Amino acid sequence: MDPVLVLTQALNGLQLGVMLFLMAAGLTLVFGIMGLINLAHGALYMAGAYAMAATVAATDSFLAGIAAALLAAAAVGAVVEMAALRRLYDRDHLDQVLATFGLILCFNELVRLIWGPAALFVTVPPALSGTVEIFAGVPYPAYRLAVIAVGIAVAGGLYLLIARTRLGMLIRAGASNRTMVAALGVDIRLLYTAVFALGAALAALAGAIAAPLLSVEPGMGEPVLILTLVVIVVGGIGSIRGAFVAALLIGFIDTMGRAFLPAMLREVTGPATAAAVGPALASMLIYLTMAVVLAVRPQGLFAARTG
Amino acid sequence: MRKLVATAVAGVLAAAMPATAQDALKVGFVATFSGPNAALGEHLYQGFMLGLDHAGGKFGGMATEVLKEDDQLKPDVGVQVVRKLIERDKVDVVSGVVFSNVMMAIHKPLTEAKTPMISANAGPSPIAGKLCSPYFFAASWQNDQSHEAVGRHLQTKGVGRVFLMAPNYQAGRDGLAGFKRYFKGEVLGEVYTTVNQPDYSAELAQIRAAKPEAVYVFYPGGMGVNFVKQYAQAGLTKEFPLYSAFTVDATTLPAQGEAAVGTFTAAFWSDDLANAASKRFVADYRKKYGSAPSTYAAQGYDAARLLDAGVKAAGAKATDGTALAAALKQAKFESVRGPFRFNTNNFPIHDFYLIETVKGDDGQVRQVNRGVVFKDHADAYASQCPMK
Amino acid sequence: MARVAVWAGLLAAAILLPIAADAVGETYYVGLATRILVFALAAVALDLVLGHGGMVSLGHAAFLGIGAYSVGIWTTHGVTSAGVHWATAIAAGGAFALATGLLALRTAGVAFIMITLAFGQMLYFLAVSLKGYGGDDGLTLWEAARLGPLDLGHDATLYWVSLAWLVAALLLCRRLVASPFGLVLQASRSNERRARALGLEVGRHRLAAYVLSGALTSIAGALLVHATDFVSPAYMGWQRSGELVVMVILGGVGTLAGGVFGAAALILLEEVLAGLTQHWMLLLGALLIAMALLSRRGVAGLLDRLRGRA
Repeated sequence: MDPVLVLTQALNGLQLGVMLFLMAAGLTLVFGIMGLINLAHGALYMAGAYAMAATVAATDSFLAGIAAALLAAAAVGAVVEMAALRRLYDRDHLDQVLATFGLILCFNELVRLIWGPAALFVTVPPALSGTVEIFAGVPYPAYRLAVIAVGIAVAGGLYLLIARTRLGMLIRAGASNRTMVAALGVDIRLLYTAVFALGAALAALAGAIAAPLLSVEPGMGEPVLILTLVVIVVGGIGSIRGAFVAALLIGFIDTMGRAFLPAMLREVTGPATAAAVGPALASMLIYLTMAVVLAVRPQGLFAARTG
Repeated sequence: MRKLVATAVAGVLAAAMPATAQDALKVGFVATFSGPNAALGEHLYQGFMLGLDHAGGKFGGMATEVLKEDDQLKPDVGVQVVRKLIERDKVDVVSGVVFSNVMMAIHKPLTEAKTPMISANAGPSPIAGKLCSPYFFAASWQNDQSHEAVGRHLQTKGVGRVFLMAPNYQAGRDGLAGFKRYFKGEVLGEVYTTVNQPDYSAELAQIRAAKPEAVYVFYPGGMGVNFVKQYAQAGLTKEFPLYSAFTVDATTLPAQGEAAVGTFTAAFWSDDLANAASKRFVADYRKKYGSAPSTYAAQGYDAARLLDAGVKAAGAKATDGTALAAALKQAKFESVRGPFRFNTNNFPIHDFYLIETVKGDDGQVRQVNRGVVFKDHADAYASQCPMK
Repeated sequence: MARVAVWAGLLAAAILLPIAADAVGETYYVGLATRILVFALAAVALDLVLGHGGMVSLGHAAFLGIGAYSVGIWTTHGVTSAGVHWATAIAAGGAFALATGLLALRTAGVAFIMITLAFGQMLYFLAVSLKGYGGDDGLTLWEAARLGPLDLGHDATLYWVSLAWLVAALLLCRRLVASPFGLVLQASRSNERRARALGLEVGRHRLAAYVLSGALTSIAGALLVHATDFVSPAYMGWQRSGELVVMVILGGVGTLAGGVFGAAALILLEEVLAGLTQHWMLLLGALLIAMALLSRRGVAGLLDRLRGRA
């Protein structure tokens, strides 16, 4: 195999991985602390992308777009949490699935009402629009490198936030024992709203930085949501560390599978079978990974707590 | 809440009222109007309604009622609404339909009910071939035709080595097969990606490693926006010219912007065609909807023009499915694409043009017609159709 | 006694529906009603694992797909016997449920939701690449299935056959839930640890329920194809699984018969709302959220509450 190609694909895997981590961090926190399974997390990602697109169109500033996406999604997240979702924390997962499934329908349709059904456009900022030679003769899009950098920086920041701050301490305490934190006299409702808004902002950040690479359109959150769900289950639901490891793992497996599996299959089975089976197998690879992980460790790679 | 219930009840009652008017023409217009993939359906519908305007609101002079139905991009829902149109609303003809899978699903109930269908978009190969029907007409194209046109263009241009990509579904496989029907050079790679895959970085790296003379892709809708943006972002457009079908068009171009500049596609129509019907369509479409029409709108418009001509020819018998179908087959009308005639399988034989996306002096990104690449192009499946 | 009378009345009305529809010339409603029956069957089957076993499956559309392709693949090879179609659907659906259930049931709670979702997606991608059987474009079936002398291409016949399946499934599930098997299932749902401590074979009972549910849902998939004459991967998208769960919740979790009302409610709602506005999904979404927040027992709970007030 061509080493240059392998290296490029490894970077691609890393980039997909950090994007998935931004999504997974919020989702797994919300589940770990509030016990809420939020199918509408992808809608917050979409909200981030739309806020980005609308702001960039109005102001022509990429950074303003990112800021707007973070603020808008945090606000939307907080409002949704206070208006609806907080009543569901102690309910069955079923009620949560029903309500957040309803939220998906609402968000997709609202976006369509406001911005129309056609996709929106966000351009890559000029400073990042070219390619960079990581090694001689290996060009790589500068913007994707920036995405990797942002993703790793956010992961580091999140680690500091959780390991070193008071909010982080409450989050850790909440994840391991919810009633205990409430008994300590902490305003648990405020903490919940803050955690939800933080998760929403992370999802929106993922949406906003994906906006120049992707089509900003209604329903864009669902494919990402499914991938994210796979990540948090593989990582162990509720565990940030698990989410990080699993996001990178899934990012690598998905990218490498797409890049090399059909070719490898061609060697083994011949071109006809490979052409028929290869792409399907590459699509199924991450789900197979998840099945294998759960078969060996039903609680995921890093179990935060049981139940 | 009570008001909502009241309106809902009123809606049910209104929906349950049986048809009464006898000498009016009832047209069912089925397309995907809800959910994430609703944009194309709206284009078809707008073009179709402009065609109805140009017919004075009356197809063939008959009072016309258009019933709009949403298939939700679910084949079984498509069957459901078509049954409703046929059995309850007793429509005389159906048009619309964006997606091939919905078209395949509703083909049987329509044919069995002898209700003429005028496709404004989807033209799946089975319906052009073995499953062809005297009640089915394509005012659009056969799915493979645009792919074939690009293949033919690269072949005549003398391009030797290409890299092909499409989503891993039937239309994707058919599309690349169509391309290879007329392109005889070397295919360096043929990659099928997961449907609705958002990120193409892995495949773009493969293209860079393969060093083709040209790249040909088929990525409709949002996938096309993602792919073209990432292709340009990776700096590939200059090195490896990008050719595509249904990937860069009026619906995706606003979202692709400058990323699409320098790419080529093929189509049966572009908004700068010089014939009178096209000029009138483009001008009036702008007037009515305030934007430039897409090829999809043009297809919707042609579907309406075809129906207008068919009803006119059938006269009083237009409400009889068999009579209307026979009239549609012979119908003569001014198509926006200029010369238009049906093949034996009721799919059009028409010209295809090479379209380049350029940035004008005013900074606007637009698509420019670079001339005919395929004259009187017939689809590849007509020979399998038993109709004469 | 009164309950039995109500059910008998409902059943009689259901049996007479096609005749009444034919009399007033509105045959379209027979097709709509068949669709409701088919999804009701799937919802009842899902409720068996979801409501009684506490296993929230978000991948049940995969079974619809298995049933659908059982009919589609046999029919393209010229076999139109519904008996063969159904036997294949039950066998394939049961086998898939057994294989995935063995893995999925090692988890519980949210992980179970996700792993069923993942298996559903895997099957979806497989169907999309099934080139020989239409792939994504799907497969039109030109010959209707036959059950002995019965032609399932006839709308009313198919309606009655679907009704028979639904009634049979309801009776079967009811008996099962009331049997020792059902008690173990329920016990494990309300307190798994205690059930295990009592020496109950929780895992095997759950697996058996999951396999039965998968087989019944596959039958619903087969009936759906009899009704539409068309097979497509679109039958097994994850949104479809979500809709099945919504039907169960709308009807009332753990009530079995509730699935029938849930399926009817959702399909009729779509029908009515889609007639009101192009943006009907917004209304449906809002309704689902309200449902989740306000009433915990779906249509059944709502009916109870109304009755209590009257």
